[in-house]
Amino acid sequence: MTDSDASLVVTDLRVEFDGFVAVGGVSFDAHPGEVRFLIGPNGAGKTTCIDAITGLSKGIGSVKLGDQELLGKAVNKIVKLGVGRTFQTASVFEQLTVLQNLDIAAGLHRSSFSLLRARRGVDPAIEVALEETGLGDERETPAGILSHGQKQWLEIGMMLVQDPRALLLDEPVAGMSQDERTATGELLQRIAERRTVLVVEHDMDFMRRYASRVTVLHQGKVLSEGTVAQVQADPKVQEVYLGTAAAPTTTGMMAVADGASPVADSTTQGSTTQGSTTQGSTTQGKGA
Amino acid sequence: MTKIKPWLPLIGIGVFAVLLLVVAPAVLSMHWINNLGKYACWAIAAVGIGLAWGRGGMLVLGQGVFFGLGAYAMAMHLTLESAGPDSLPIFMILYDPQAALPAFWEPFRSDVFTLVAIILLPIIVASILGYALFKRRVKGAYFAILTQALAVALAVLISSTIRETGGDTGLSDFKYFFGFVLNDNSNKVMVFMIASTLLILCLLAVWQLNRSRYGELLIATRDAEERVRFLGYDPANIKLVAFVVAAVMASIAGAMFVPIVGIITPAEIGASASILMIAGVALGGRASLFGPALGAMAIGWGQSSLGSSWPDGWVYILGLVFILVTLFLPMGLSSLFGRAKNWAWRGRAVPAGVTDPAIVPAPELDEVKK
Repeated sequence: MTDSDASLVVTDLRVEFDGFVAVGGVSFDAHPGEVRFLIGPNGAGKTTCIDAITGLSKGIGSVKLGDQELLGKAVNKIVKLGVGRTFQTASVFEQLTVLQNLDIAAGLHRSSFSLLRARRGVDPAIEVALEETGLGDERETPAGILSHGQKQWLEIGMMLVQDPRALLLDEPVAGMSQDERTATGELLQRIAERRTVLVVEHDMDFMRRYASRVTVLHQGKVLSEGTVAQVQADPKVQEVYLGTAAAPTTTGMMAVADGASPVADSTTQGSTTQGSTTQGSTTQGKGA
Repeated sequence: MTKIKPWLPLIGIGVFAVLLLVVAPAVLSMHWINNLGKYACWAIAAVGIGLAWGRGGMLVLGQGVFFGLGAYAMAMHLTLESAGPDSLPIFMILYDPQAALPAFWEPFRSDVFTLVAIILLPIIVASILGYALFKRRVKGAYFAILTQALAVALAVLISSTIRETGGDTGLSDFKYFFGFVLNDNSNKVMVFMIASTLLILCLLAVWQLNRSRYGELLIATRDAEERVRFLGYDPANIKLVAFVVAAVMASIAGAMFVPIVGIITPAEIGASASILMIAGVALGGRASLFGPALGAMAIGWGQSSLGSSWPDGWVYILGLVFILVTLFLPMGLSSLFGRAKNWAWRGRAVPAGVTDPAIVPAPELDEVKK
């Protein structure tokens, strides 16, 4: 499980929408054992990258999981190869209970005949996921009445049940309280011990606390890459986040994270830690 | 109580079966048995619509197509049986005494072929149609309009092929039903019993589908198709199963409609007939098990009582009921039971139990906005 088999290698990925280049030649790689972050301003192409990797948007270039090429495959085929993803707004089956949600996720490898029978008992994998996500007491609760954070965890739990080799999360902590963020971050670190975890995030504070490595995207291209400290020290990153005239030091990114007002100009985004209002304008292929 | 709850629908089906198969033949006059048989046919189609629309979110506005396939397969067989071996149906002789029997009629002389066709024809047509539509992710209003258009197209096709299908006058005057004389009361009761049994079987089939993992998956697909796709399933296949099952049920309904009513015309399968089927389902409650069947029977009863005594007013009453139900009980009359239960619980100061989540699906608008 923890070998290079689960490495996600993206090479020269390009995504265009009617001539508009959303992602213009992005390369990065993520490996099991690290929590890999993908950050960047609005419209940088972060979510589009995930969309292309998971087959939602058409991309050219190469995306390999282990030695398997993912680009050009159908969404559900890519999932079967071991890529799971969550969505910006938690996407769970609101009419069904937590248990039913997880059971559907666990059904990926069931025969279609077994679908015709009623559910009996609970898969061990589901028990593990309930434990991991702390939803054990909510198993009979309809997902629709869970709190926002619990829905995000349920969605992550649904991924865990499937035991994917690579897990892609689109803004998992958006709109979460500080405690929920901490819980989520720790959960992600546990998950990452056995698989590749790639996180798209606006929240700089969350990124600083839990990222192993960071890739900064800007206007569809990789701007910088490295550890949190390296990326924070990169003048190009400071320029993008703060504007050319702004802070010459690394404090800039800290300021962004803390939601300080002077830096909340047009080039920054998601600048408050609760920045859920700005997220609506990111390029989102979900309706496609 | 928790032990008995999952079996409650099954008990309901049992009660329903006793009412239809034991009580009804004992107390009803021949006239009403025949009418009830007709309602049972619409109820069979409605049970399928409940699965496809209520649970699967596919607004199937053209079930008349599949109803028509079954009905005309049966009607052709009964027409040939009534005409006798090697003879033409009377309406064909009237048009052209020298005509030969159209090639597609010939196999319907066989009992077995007819029965197989009633099941297989809708499977084939619904599979091709559903595959094409769902793989292309046609849904919501577009899907509804497309199915509706097909029902219109089939009705027009039949109307315009008078020599082959009897056209607007349809097929009627059936004398025999697989060897039984239709103009005989005990045989009429038998046909009614067959239709009622089929209705019970369809209810059982949908009950099992609803409680199965497939049923959960179908609701999941209705509410969050993308999430289902991103869990590794192909939503098209999931929807296809429900669509095909609904089509087969509509076909069975059509096939039983013919010997009970004694006539099938394009008007019974066209747009308004298809909408009437949907109306019954909406009235009863599309996502519940019994709602569609009872709703369809209620509409059928309204049509044959009020509809014949006061035909002008009936349409308005139907429209009014439809508007009221859509406004105040979007999940149909069966949702009244859930509400009543909640009120009762509250009255006893016991925390309200969680109602079956499947019964309260996404608001209607969700289907249209996509």
